[in-house]
Amino acid sequence: MFEVSFLFGQFLGGLTTAMFLFLIASGLSLVFGVMRVLNFAHGSFFMIGAYLAWQAVQWLAPALHSFWLAALAAALGVALLGGLIERLLLRHIYGREELYQLLLTYALVLILGDAAKIIWGTQQLSVSRPPMLAGGFQVLGATLPTYNLFIMLTGVAIAVAGWFVLTRSPAGRMVRAAALDREMLGALGANVGALYTGMFVASSFLAGLSGALVTPIQSIVPGMDVEVIVEAFIVVVIGGLGSFWGTFWGSVIYGQVLSFGILILPGFSLFSVFALMAVILIVRPWGLFGRPLR
Amino acid sequence: MSALLELEDVHAAYGLSRVLFGISIEVNEGECVCLLGRNGVGKTTTMRSVMGLTPPSAGHVRFKSRDITGWPPHRIARAGIGFVPEDRRIFAELSVWENLDVAQRAAARPGRWTIESVIDLFPVLGRLHDRQGGFLSGGEQQMLTIARTLVGNPELLLLDEPSEGLAPLVVEALLAKIGELKAQGLTILLAEQGIEFSLALADRVYVLEKGAVRFAGSSAALRSDRNVLDQLLMV
Repeated sequence: MFEVSFLFGQFLGGLTTAMFLFLIASGLSLVFGVMRVLNFAHGSFFMIGAYLAWQAVQWLAPALHSFWLAALAAALGVALLGGLIERLLLRHIYGREELYQLLLTYALVLILGDAAKIIWGTQQLSVSRPPMLAGGFQVLGATLPTYNLFIMLTGVAIAVAGWFVLTRSPAGRMVRAAALDREMLGALGANVGALYTGMFVASSFLAGLSGALVTPIQSIVPGMDVEVIVEAFIVVVIGGLGSFWGTFWGSVIYGQVLSFGILILPGFSLFSVFALMAVILIVRPWGLFGRPLR
Repeated sequence: MSALLELEDVHAAYGLSRVLFGISIEVNEGECVCLLGRNGVGKTTTMRSVMGLTPPSAGHVRFKSRDITGWPPHRIARAGIGFVPEDRRIFAELSVWENLDVAQRAAARPGRWTIESVIDLFPVLGRLHDRQGGFLSGGEQQMLTIARTLVGNPELLLLDEPSEGLAPLVVEALLAKIGELKAQGLTILLAEQGIEFSLALADRVYVLEKGAVRFAGSSAALRSDRNVLDQLLMV
């Protein structure tokens, strides 16, 4: 059988994947939960974040903390892009049939995908790890790259911070009220339009940030947008679309199933995740932590 | 002196179905005015069109002599109109306190009413402080929805069928509370089906039928007008 250190290594690998996915899927889930918009272009924001980070690293190259500055700049750039898209495009289709949302956000996938190809070409690009997180260390006999640990901690930190903001802060209460009854909140005096823009900007920021943070361990290629949106959708289907903790645990389950699925069915790792999603869709279509739609 | 709220020939429709056909009403400062009428005559739509939730397709709404027709609801709320909807619309997954806090921040109109002072008015809300809105009784929800609008310190309160679906004893308690608000000088536009509830509070009455005003006058004048009572209100 497998050694403990090997299994633990798989577990850590799964956890890294999970926290990455959580960073991406949390924004997707939040926007759906509050605004009832299923944003297919969320993966494209992730990809643009990766390209912007690469671009910023090229420009900043000699500086010591260039990676961190680049990641921040990429996230802010994508947040700005998201804000513009919400104000200029999405705003007009709230309350209309879901089909319009699908068409619009899918059109954005195509446009942003082609724009990235025009600007950055089709060859693989890569970014080196920030020097301060270059090494790795041993845990229970398994090697854990320092950068992966950083990703795990970031994921957990964003989860805790997100939960805290949503449940304990005035802004979080406002967001939850908007999710429950947008019209009533407006009649009480809240500018729900501005709140929506803010939500979408925050969600885009998270997508851009995760795109930037993925660059040291994954090469930047056209098509990464579609790959990641499929993964993020699986995560939110497992956890429950619109549910914050559902997205967190959905990511953890996805990461572990993928990681250990490889051991049981080598070559069919993605199959195990899809199979899990299919089972959940049959048994509990609203996801593990979600609620049936009214 | 011009009225605090003035509707001039307001028409409104939901999609293709027209609901209001030229409503003109006035509410003066300090008054309690009641819109009376059976179900479906346009009372709720009148309030929704004042609030900007169902913007008038024609006509004008003026508040403090300013034309607010076509303003988005949040601007109208911030100008000083508070809306208490018929179906209460409590944020079900927020606690009583969170409902009040969200409303206070949304309106951003500091004044006489604070979370503490609305709890003084409705002490039951103080005991239910941390209870989720969805787990309140109908009467408790009605008090919360009024309190939630009050913390925005409106100058005009739109109260849509507050007595609906409540037990007689609860209605009586509610009547006393609304009477208290009126005595403190709050201007109220009330929509009701029940004639006793409304005549107990209202200074003046408009009776609506099929989206138009059929009777306008004092509460006393309505009491003695058998025709209107029989034909429009079935009492």
